[in-house]
Amino acid sequence: MRTDAPLRKHRVARCAPTPILGEPMSVIELNQVVKRFGDITAVDHLDLDVPAGICLGLLGPNGAGKSTTMRLLTGQAIADEGTLRVLDFDLPERSKEARAEMGVVPQLDNLDVDVTVEDNLAVFARLYRVKDVRAAVDRCLALARLTDRRRDAVDKLSGGMRRRLLLARGLVNEPRLLLLDEPTVGLDPQIRTELWSLIDGLRGGGTTILMSTHYIEEAQRLADEVAVMTAGKVIARGRPDDLILEHAGRETAEVYGPPARLAEVRAKAASQGLTVRPAGPAVAIVGSEKATDGAVPDDAVVRAASLEDVFVMLTGEEAA
Amino acid sequence: MRRLEPAAIGGIMSREVANFRTFWKSTVFSSTLEPVVYLLAFGLGLGSTVVKKVDGLDYVEFVGTGMVATAVIFSSALPAMFGTFVKHRFQRTYDAILAAPVDVEELVTAEMLWIGLRAGFFGTFPLIVSMAFGLDPSPGMLLVPLFGFVTALGFAGFGIATAATVSKIDQFSYVTTLFITPLFLVAGTFFPIDQLPKGVQIAAEFNPLHQLVELVRHACFGFEATDLLRLAALIVFALALWRVAVNRMEKRLID
Repeated sequence: MRTDAPLRKHRVARCAPTPILGEPMSVIELNQVVKRFGDITAVDHLDLDVPAGICLGLLGPNGAGKSTTMRLLTGQAIADEGTLRVLDFDLPERSKEARAEMGVVPQLDNLDVDVTVEDNLAVFARLYRVKDVRAAVDRCLALARLTDRRRDAVDKLSGGMRRRLLLARGLVNEPRLLLLDEPTVGLDPQIRTELWSLIDGLRGGGTTILMSTHYIEEAQRLADEVAVMTAGKVIARGRPDDLILEHAGRETAEVYGPPARLAEVRAKAASQGLTVRPAGPAVAIVGSEKATDGAVPDDAVVRAASLEDVFVMLTGEEAA
Repeated sequence: MRRLEPAAIGGIMSREVANFRTFWKSTVFSSTLEPVVYLLAFGLGLGSTVVKKVDGLDYVEFVGTGMVATAVIFSSALPAMFGTFVKHRFQRTYDAILAAPVDVEELVTAEMLWIGLRAGFFGTFPLIVSMAFGLDPSPGMLLVPLFGFVTALGFAGFGIATAATVSKIDQFSYVTTLFITPLFLVAGTFFPIDQLPKGVQIAAEFNPLHQLVELVRHACFGFEATDLLRLAALIVFALALWRVAVNRMEKRLID
C-alpha cells in the first residue's frame, strides 16, 4: 500500500529568503552558548545563526533547551559562557535595545484577563514606545480579527481569540524579529490552523521568525529551515525536505501487527542495515526504498518519509 | 538606552491603572468602611467608656490620625507581597513585561510608585472619615498624602522584596505575623508608645509607621522641628527598600 503523507501535500513551496535591505545578514548569532541551572546544563555550547527574513523552527522534545534559548534571547536568562548577538546588539549588555525591535509570543497565556482587549494592546504599545498607540492598537486588532471585541475583557474571549491576541500583542511594535515560543501548544487543531495562517502571513511579509516547537507538523508547515535540538544542542539543521532526504531517505514503511510479528519485521530490517523505529502501535522502517529481499512486508503502509522520522531518529523521542 | 526611562515606568503604571479600573469600587468601599468600623469600635466604644483623652487629644482624634498609618501599611506592604507573587508565579505578567524593552529596575520602580500613589491616596481616607467623627480640618493635612506616599514606597519595596524571596505564598503568614503586625501595633496608632517599656520605645523610634503616625498627627495639630528629620528618615527607608527590592527581583526574575 502506498500513501502520500498529508503534510507533504499541504506543504507550501517556498524559495530561499531574500536578504532584507538594512538588516544584518544574521539576525541572531549564538556562539558556543552555555546555560547551566545547578548541575543541569540546559543549553550546551549552542551555535545558532538565523539569517534575516527566514522562519527558523527550533524543533526538539520537552527539556531540549528551547525555552531557555528563548529566555537567553530576551535577556531573561544570562549565559554562563559564549556570545550572543541579536539584531546587531550584543547581549546581555544591549539586550534592552534588541528587545525594542523584537516581538515575543510566549508559550503561556499571560494576558491581563480582567482588562479589555484594546487596553492589553495599548499597555504593550506604550512599553515598546510606539508613537501612535491608537493606530498600533487598531492595526493589531485588525490582524487578530478582534476589532469588534476591542472593549471586551479578555476573559470573555474564546481560547483561539486569546491566542490571536497574544500573537497580535507580540507584533504591536512591528518587530524585525519575532520569537514564538511553542505558539500553538495545547490548542485544538482548528485554532492551531488559524494561527498557522497568521504566522505564515508574517513570514511571507519578511519578518524574521524564530519559532520553538515540539510539533513536527508545525515546523514542517511554517519553517523555511528547521534546527533539531536535543540536550541543549542543535544536532541537525536544514530545509525540512533536505533534512528528510539526508536522515530518513525517501520512503518509510509502517508495519502493523502483534508484537511477535513486529519483532520479526524489526530483526529482518535491521539485518539489512535499515533503521527501524517504534511508531505507536507499529514499527516504521525508515528509508524503506533501500530494502531488499522482503524486508518490507507486502501489507506495509509505505509513505513519504517525514520530518517526524528525522525527529525520532535523531532525538530518540516519540513525536508530538 | 538609559536607566529608568519614564516611558517604561509609565507603560507599566498604565497597566496598573487599566487593572485598577476593574476593581476600584471594592477598594474605595473597604478604604472607607474600615476606618468607620475602627473609629466606631475604638474611638466611640473605647473612647467614650475607658479613654477620654490621649496626649491631650480626644481619643477619636488620636485613633483617626493614627489610622492613616494602618491604612498605608495595609494598602502597600500586602498588595506588594501578594500582587508581586501572583504576577510573577501565576499570571506570568513579569515575563511579558521583561520581554519588552523594560528592565527589572524599571519594573520594580513602577510597581513601587503605583503602590505608593495608591496608598498615599487611600491613606487619607481615615482622616476624611475622622472629620465626620469630629476631627477639625487643618492646612497641614494637605501634606498627609505625601507622607503616606513616601512611607508606602518603603513598604511596597519591603513587600516586593519579600515576594521575591519566599518560595510559597503561604510563607507570607510568617512575614505578616512576625513583621507587619508588630510594626502596626507599636506605631502609636491606638495607644501612645511612651507607655511602653523603654526598650520597646527605642525600637518603636525605628519603626517607619511610628514616624508616619507622628508626622500625620503633627500635620493635623501642629508641626514640630523634628518632623523634617522624620520625613528624611522615611525617605531613606524608601530608598533603601527600593534597592533591596530591585536586587531581590533581579535574582528572582533573571536566570
